[in-house]
Amino acid sequence: MNLTLKIWRQKDANDNGKMVDYPISNVSPDMSFLEMLDVLNTQLIESGDEPVAFDHDCREGICGMCSLYINGEAHGPDRGVTTCQLHMRKFKDGDTIYIEPWRATAFPVIKDLVVDRSAFDRIQHAGGFISVNTSGNTIDANAIPVNKHDADDAFSAATCIGCGACVASCKNSSAMLFVGAKVSQFALLPQGQVEAADRVMNMVKQMDEEGFGNCTNTGACEVECPKGISLENIARMNREYLSASLKG
Amino acid sequence: MALDSKIPQGPLADKWTNHKNKIDLVNPANKRLIDVIVVGTGLAGGSAAATLAELGYNVKAFCFQDSPRRAHSIAAQGGINAAKNYQGDGDSTYRLFYDTVKGGDYRSREANVYRLAEVSANIIDQCVAQGVPFAREYGGLLDNRSFGGVLVSRTFYAAGQTGQQLLLGAYSAMNRQIGRGKIKMYNRHEMLDVVIVDGKARGIIARNLVTGEIERHSAHAVVLGTGGYGNVFFLSTNAMGSNVTAAWKAHKRGAYFANPCYTQIHPTCIPVSGDHQSKLTLMSESLRNDGRIWVPKNLDDVIAIREGRKKPTDLSEEERDYYLERRYPAFGNLVPRDVASRAAKERADAGYGVNATGEAVYLDFAAAIERYGKEQAIVKGLDTNDKALVQKLGKEVVKTKYGNLFQMYEKIVDQNPYETPMMIYPAVHYTMGGIWVDYNLMTTIPGLYAIGEANFSDHGANRLGASALMQGLADGYFVLPYTIGDYLADDIRTGPISTDTKEFEDAEKHVRDSIDKLINNNGTKSVDYFHKRLGKIMWNECGMARNEEGLKQAIEDIRTLREEFWNDVRVPGTANELNEELAKAGRVADFLELGELFAKDALQREESAGGHFREEYQTPEGEAKRRKEFQYVSAWEYKGEPKDAVLHKEELAYENIEVKERSYK
Repeated sequence: MNLTLKIWRQKDANDNGKMVDYPISNVSPDMSFLEMLDVLNTQLIESGDEPVAFDHDCREGICGMCSLYINGEAHGPDRGVTTCQLHMRKFKDGDTIYIEPWRATAFPVIKDLVVDRSAFDRIQHAGGFISVNTSGNTIDANAIPVNKHDADDAFSAATCIGCGACVASCKNSSAMLFVGAKVSQFALLPQGQVEAADRVMNMVKQMDEEGFGNCTNTGACEVECPKGISLENIARMNREYLSASLKG
Repeated sequence: MALDSKIPQGPLADKWTNHKNKIDLVNPANKRLIDVIVVGTGLAGGSAAATLAELGYNVKAFCFQDSPRRAHSIAAQGGINAAKNYQGDGDSTYRLFYDTVKGGDYRSREANVYRLAEVSANIIDQCVAQGVPFAREYGGLLDNRSFGGVLVSRTFYAAGQTGQQLLLGAYSAMNRQIGRGKIKMYNRHEMLDVVIVDGKARGIIARNLVTGEIERHSAHAVVLGTGGYGNVFFLSTNAMGSNVTAAWKAHKRGAYFANPCYTQIHPTCIPVSGDHQSKLTLMSESLRNDGRIWVPKNLDDVIAIREGRKKPTDLSEEERDYYLERRYPAFGNLVPRDVASRAAKERADAGYGVNATGEAVYLDFAAAIERYGKEQAIVKGLDTNDKALVQKLGKEVVKTKYGNLFQMYEKIVDQNPYETPMMIYPAVHYTMGGIWVDYNLMTTIPGLYAIGEANFSDHGANRLGASALMQGLADGYFVLPYTIGDYLADDIRTGPISTDTKEFEDAEKHVRDSIDKLINNNGTKSVDYFHKRLGKIMWNECGMARNEEGLKQAIEDIRTLREEFWNDVRVPGTANELNEELAKAGRVADFLELGELFAKDALQREESAGGHFREEYQTPEGEAKRRKEFQYVSAWEYKGEPKDAVLHKEELAYENIEVKERSYK
């Protein structure tokens, strides 16, 4: 396949940045999207140019590091995958592909396609945990049975990889799906209920301070989420938040 | 320096308890005066950082990713072992210990492995308390599955994402401490040297990967939880960024490197599709619970399949060779990884590989779908003779067990594994070798510790499935936080360690010089060009089968390649910005040294054990042949060039387990 890539280039956080065209030829349909960028970068390096910076690590869809906005969609046109799992067979010979970084106030661009998602970490510092020390003397793992449906729902919420596609897809740059998933995971488990009220209040407060927008129930986040995190998690977080607020 | 493993006296089952009772403690007020650096935030580093901070130490944690949650432990799929015996199938601490030592082909340290088995049950309790959502049964209790090389079900899991869930547990424990200010987290930082002051590890030199700034960080002790070095093969199941640099820099500063040649080549990975490939993807060993591995019996069928004239589903049962079930009736498809990988290679070498390159075998779920489907039909009171219904029900069960893996396979290969068997082939996955540590997990540099995959201690020459997660968390939650206190107890009056010293200055200069050299090299070839060539040498000569001639050639070839790299590598950009090529260049430079030591170690070890298979040493049936003369750990001391490395031996004694031929027949 021969393609035209239009890629966002931005030297650093202070640079204005612009789209730059790169033709690329002999792309195999079996390549992953990032392998296609590897080929481009090798060409750029060997011809004395600067390669395109992008985040990536595991390349199997689980670390959450890759983060490209491809043809106007987070992680590109395929569903239920991250950019690293997107394959070139999803494109046609002669296509023009637009590649941009996540766009959100809370995710400033560091360079080219790399953004700073440390706001997500800070929300987790505010309450994304159960306060239990390591002792070797906690109660036996089977001492508290957990309803299988609750356990499965908690697991589904916990499969969030923290990539930020939800924020990038949202017209308001809202982080509600991300925060809702973590709040839900712990709210659904007996171990997490003890400090559930504090958790939701603290995490939401931090989310607001980071400059994420509000949720207006569009649902784009759920559609673009590579892990299929459900909107139910936002609803559950809202319930948790309301109930925590009433308890004061 | 003579190696002292510091194994406590006394009966095996009492060693850890006695040791804990005797080692020095640091009182809570004094812990506040002590800094500890933890490099790497995977299961080992993350759990250690959190636990040390809970205890009261001031922790500085480093990771090269943009968040600690992205460490490659996240990608572990199948599960974590623990001797809980919840299934009542006869499991015990001793049995887990026994399986692990046997699985490691009698090349691991007895006392360490027993301790690992002993704390395994605590790990599950701890993780559940943290909110890790393990798979449960309808009664609300935890579910288990089986893994290779054992005859009990002791593996706890969270679908095919167990590593993710455990890592997010450790990450949440870290977050609590980061929020309290007890851990200072340095994301997007790479450790480039360890600083030794008066013979003790007292800090590191790190590069801020965003600004390029070179930073000095001091501490009273340094812990490396920096993972394995499988990426020396270029293609592996490791993340792109996984590297040996931290471990290798420690080695160059005096930490012995143990058994570098012990590499795990995992039997069930998605086969290589072309030269553009950047990494390989694992299909969890848990799939071998239900999947059956086969190739066609007749070469005619192999050719017909390769040419697209036949499909695997066209072949009848009689036309298939379920070679693991045939060769190893007792363990069948659940033989350990080294055995399964070699058996696949044996079939491929004999011409039975089923893809275009001849390097693939089938992993087939048809029988499992049928079995589960019938089971479900019975449970639901439906017609077990309705084939379509049975298929549908069976696929649903398989989907709940392995859905994410099947999806991953389909996205990569563009085939539906519910309808046609998966194609799989072995790939580099894990390295049992690593930095030598004593019973306290301290390296040969006082004050420098290595935990998790970065050390060598628990898996011998082959690791059993679901044991990496167990070891990472055992080291980080339950071992290191105790043993490090014994060392730090002498440091309560030391006070803060200054970074304005000659030692820090020298180490920083050393780092700057090598960065300058790379940036100003003005060569013509990209870093990947060299990395791929190194990978080819490693895979061809140091892969699933090794021999004297090939290893000698590999040593020569790597040396030549290393020279070429330093003459001709091109690193674009500057040192004062986010520059991934520069980071990669530094890592590949280290792989080019480690690779040679790896081959040297493989050449020196004239026996076959676990993942190390020397063609000269095999039984008439093609099984690995161990040699009593090699019942030791090879710990290499750095002396300039890899060729000059000096071998130190730690003899392995087996007092609680009989060393015998490892059979899975």
